[in-house]
Amino acid sequence: MYKYDEYDQQMVDTRVAEFRDQVSRRLSGELTEDQFRPLRLQNGLYLQLHAYMLRVAVPYGTLSSAQMKVLGDIADKYDRGYGHFTTRQNIQYNWIKLEETPDLLAELASVEMHAIQTSGNCIRNISSDQFAGAAADEIIDPRPYAELLRQWSSFHPEFLTLPRKFKIAVIASDTDRAAMRLHDIGIKMVRNAEGEIGAQFYVGGGMGRTPMIAPMIRDFVPLDQLITYSEACLRVYNRYGRRDNKYKARIKILVHELGKDEYTRQVEEEFAHLLTQPIEPPLAELERIKTHFADPAFEAGLSDELDLSDPDFALWVGRNTQAHKQPGYVVATVSLKPVGGIPGDASADQIRLMAQLAKDYSFDELRVTHAQNIVFPHVKKADLYTVWKALEQADLATANLDTVGDIIACPGLDYCSLANARSIPVAQKISERFGSAERQAELGELKLKISGCINACGHHHAGHIGILGVDRKGVENYQLLLGGCEGADTSLGTITGPGFNEDGIVDAVEKATNFYLEKREDGERFLDTYRRIGMAPFKEAIYG
Amino acid sequence: MKILTGNDLKSGAVTWWTGKGWSLDVNDAADIGDDGAAIIAREEGAQNVFAAYVVDGEKTAGAVRPAHIKERIRALGPTVRPDLTLKPNDPDAIARVV
Amino acid sequence: MGDVRISGRPTLQRKAAPAVAAACFAEGSNAATVRVEPGEDARALLPQLEQIERIEISFPVWTDGRGYSSARILREAGFEGDIVAVGDIAPDMIGHLQRCGFDAFDANKPIDPETVKATLERWDNVYQATVVDGRQAIWAKRHPA
Repeated sequence: MYKYDEYDQQMVDTRVAEFRDQVSRRLSGELTEDQFRPLRLQNGLYLQLHAYMLRVAVPYGTLSSAQMKVLGDIADKYDRGYGHFTTRQNIQYNWIKLEETPDLLAELASVEMHAIQTSGNCIRNISSDQFAGAAADEIIDPRPYAELLRQWSSFHPEFLTLPRKFKIAVIASDTDRAAMRLHDIGIKMVRNAEGEIGAQFYVGGGMGRTPMIAPMIRDFVPLDQLITYSEACLRVYNRYGRRDNKYKARIKILVHELGKDEYTRQVEEEFAHLLTQPIEPPLAELERIKTHFADPAFEAGLSDELDLSDPDFALWVGRNTQAHKQPGYVVATVSLKPVGGIPGDASADQIRLMAQLAKDYSFDELRVTHAQNIVFPHVKKADLYTVWKALEQADLATANLDTVGDIIACPGLDYCSLANARSIPVAQKISERFGSAERQAELGELKLKISGCINACGHHHAGHIGILGVDRKGVENYQLLLGGCEGADTSLGTITGPGFNEDGIVDAVEKATNFYLEKREDGERFLDTYRRIGMAPFKEAIYG
Repeated sequence: MKILTGNDLKSGAVTWWTGKGWSLDVNDAADIGDDGAAIIAREEGAQNVFAAYVVDGEKTAGAVRPAHIKERIRALGPTVRPDLTLKPNDPDAIARVV
Repeated sequence: MGDVRISGRPTLQRKAAPAVAAACFAEGSNAATVRVEPGEDARALLPQLEQIERIEISFPVWTDGRGYSSARILREAGFEGDIVAVGDIAPDMIGHLQRCGFDAFDANKPIDPETVKATLERWDNVYQATVVDGRQAIWAKRHPA
């Protein structure tokens, strides 16, 4: 994985010093809260319902075990013993003290981490496929391109006060595991007819109150124009994105209002101009970055045999592991969704245990997924049982990946000052209702996503089953959506009808899943059945 | 009644205006009537608090209850982590909030 | 408040006559100082750049970042006169202004000269080539030609 050189290290160290200065100016009263807010936000420091919250960037979701260990230590030292992994592949801490933040950031910097641009109206942490570099189906590892974009977007002086936040995802396989088309810019690395690698640009996707699927605006950007093209996309947005209404300020609205063709025309015009400016890093820089993402020293000639005589282990292997490109290895996902647990939360001890296991059994590497789980990308099959045993003892071996128990949920009204309703208790009740392994297996792949407000941090639009918490005259109310999906066949969910209270929504989910079991045809997932028969019969089953 | 809440600048902790100063316990919150804007201006200016705002509440039997669930959760702590709330040993605390 | 110089370029123009709005200028004014508001297209000035000595780019609120693009566009087109950021200029913007081609700022609230100096000196290196600030990007230092 990527290792900082002296320049990268100097950049994060300088940022720590700068923020230390900003914090001291705030504490002395030289900066008012209005002046300080945009500065702290660009360093990932929010004010939430109970306290300051700090969001730490995990670039493209990749972590070393040393970094993961520090994340655990920070949870103990500066927070209340736990952290929350987010749908942006980041981690956030809920109880941070302003005066301690500079020291915390210095500790992060000591392991090449930071909280730069994890909030604010700027280019945010760049997300990617959590199986990058390990997946059997990728055409190339997307992370070097994400790293190139990370450096370009960090402290880009023209794009730090955009109309609104800006999220970029980079993938390199047909199976889209990063919800690429629901980003402000989604980039898919592709191979053209000549066999060259390039970037396909999708612009103007997003969730929030106006969900949109990004249209493709260019099918191939050569690698030596990647930064220039990105800069053109951003400049058009910075100049013409709406600033009169924050709810219409995302690039999806600009692309929608201009129309895809007109936005594309403006980008191409700006691109043609920017090609005259020497702003593109040389390909040698990309090559330098790529050397950091070389395969680890896999052993050759390993057997793919796995002893599955322990039924619990067999269940977990069946659910939580994926094919690896290297024979004898698997990709293993640690579910942070124990039955009745808080999705995405992990204790300091659990974080350190995962760090140690990655060090011992996964070439020192971990990934954070947008579904709020942790991945060991390169586990030797011969070690898998040992890993699973260790996970099991730490309540980290729940076998429910991509099932109804693997719920994405935002922090909701329990933590978030923007939320209208609590998300976590609903996730807990659903996870308990569908807690048995048999029931989850029977339902198969079912992505359930809960947001506590219209901002959609819980990706409810993209859930096969989505739940949106709303405030109805001071009482929490939950709307049900069906038919959303991220990935290659991205679709947006549709609201079924009137909302429910907290217990009612759990019952409604059960009615929907029971109806699916009744109606499904061979091999159909919940989503497939919904797409085949449509909303009306589901609505009848839920409300009838 | 009108009550006033804000955050402590250094720690970020949620605080409530008592009439004389700031308390972590919502039950200490004073009825500020129409003085909210003036108190906010003075207290934020003196850096005693930031992000302050006025909410509706009611007082019964010595307990102050914010009108909206958001401020009730704000006053207690996350309902999904009773151990981290202000009343970790009160089994009914969460039921009173929601 | 008056200009505070942030670029190393020599001052070409003392602030003399009030600025003419870009919208009026495009209609045939011959003023030497032009003001560009956030919503205005800096490219509209390109045909008359040679007549202009000073361009003031307005920041009514510092969180509206359109002025950065305006400045870069003008510099990329070869504008050699002064570009000055005017309005709500926050201390932490100064380095970004310089990187986008501004020569000076004229803030409506004074900024401590020590803060200006510290801000401009803080970053020894930069990740991007904006070209217009003349600074070498980190990638260029990593791969000397």
